[in-house]
Amino acid sequence: MIKDFDNIIIKTVCRILTPFLQIFALYVIAHGHYSPGGGFQGGCILGASFILLVIAYDIDTVKKRMSEKLNTVMCSLGVIIYAGIGLTCLILGANYLDYGILHRVLPVDAVKARAMGTLGIEIGVGITVMSVMISIFLNIASGGKHEEGAID
Amino acid sequence: MKVFALIAVIITGAALIYSTFEMPDWGDAGSPANTHVSPRYIESSIKETATPNIVTSVLADYRGYDTLGETTVIFTAGMVCILLLRSKKDD
Amino acid sequence: MELIIGKYNYWIYIVLMMIGFYAMIAKRNLVKKLVGMNIFQTAIILYFVSIASKKGGATIPILFKDAVIIPEQYMNPLPHVLMLTAIVVMVSTFGVALALIIMIFRRYGTLEEDEILEIERNRK
Repeated sequence: MIKDFDNIIIKTVCRILTPFLQIFALYVIAHGHYSPGGGFQGGCILGASFILLVIAYDIDTVKKRMSEKLNTVMCSLGVIIYAGIGLTCLILGANYLDYGILHRVLPVDAVKARAMGTLGIEIGVGITVMSVMISIFLNIASGGKHEEGAID
Repeated sequence: MKVFALIAVIITGAALIYSTFEMPDWGDAGSPANTHVSPRYIESSIKETATPNIVTSVLADYRGYDTLGETTVIFTAGMVCILLLRSKKDD
Repeated sequence: MELIIGKYNYWIYIVLMMIGFYAMIAKRNLVKKLVGMNIFQTAIILYFVSIASKKGGATIPILFKDAVIIPEQYMNPLPHVLMLTAIVVMVSTFGVALALIIMIFRRYGTLEEDEILEIERNRK
């Protein structure tokens, strides 16, 4: 059913478009301090680039690039980065998630350290949002079987 | 059954529209939502956090606990999807 | 006339919210109920974003460099922050609800609410 839909134009365009989408997503995450953007938006674009590959190719193509184990690990890695930055502030002697104290370990002053801490948790949020989008889409689109046309 | 649903919806909508007569106008700069805490965020964002985008600084710095909770909610949603649906191939 | 100009945004969101509410309580199909819930959440998001606006030349909440900061010139950032997280949580809840609906369909073979209740009644 799905194999019949095998269009060379769609496949080529999606393959060429995907790296640019991912670079744009990283730009949205990293430039979120100065322009509209941040972890949630960039993570959604990153996840959408993988979902585009699933739609244009098939699930196995994406699972070669982002295996299920890696995806599940990255789900929790983002939350761990977020909570770990908060815990670092706690260890250094400030309140939980009070990034100003990070100037003791980073080569910047206290105000810039807050921006650095913000960037760190944006990266964590982006990783979590990306892998949750991919896992929700793969599980719902294939009914949990992770193979083509397996929904019953 | 659908008639009762329609009546309930109309009553709720009428009550909500009646309540909007007391709301501030659209785009009113002096409304309570626009004067309570947000001027402080706008004024001191660049002084305290060196971040010109106020949305980012409020999201990640002033309201860090809130965003941590939201991230945990998203993580839990992903885990629930895997737990509910994922099955091995040879089952 | 001033009443209409000042308040018509709330009325649009209330109409949208009531469409979603009607779909949630009157439709029999579970997926239609879910789409109604999404419309409801979208109305709430639009409402929150609309109370953040300030008329009279206010721009997006990104500060210019080396400018004198006047709070009336920038929109209220707080509802934007709250709705930014609410959108992503909306997608997550939609995913969980769809997963639950797939499990219901596997068990009962239908998504109509009265048919599911009929199957449960026959089982007893």
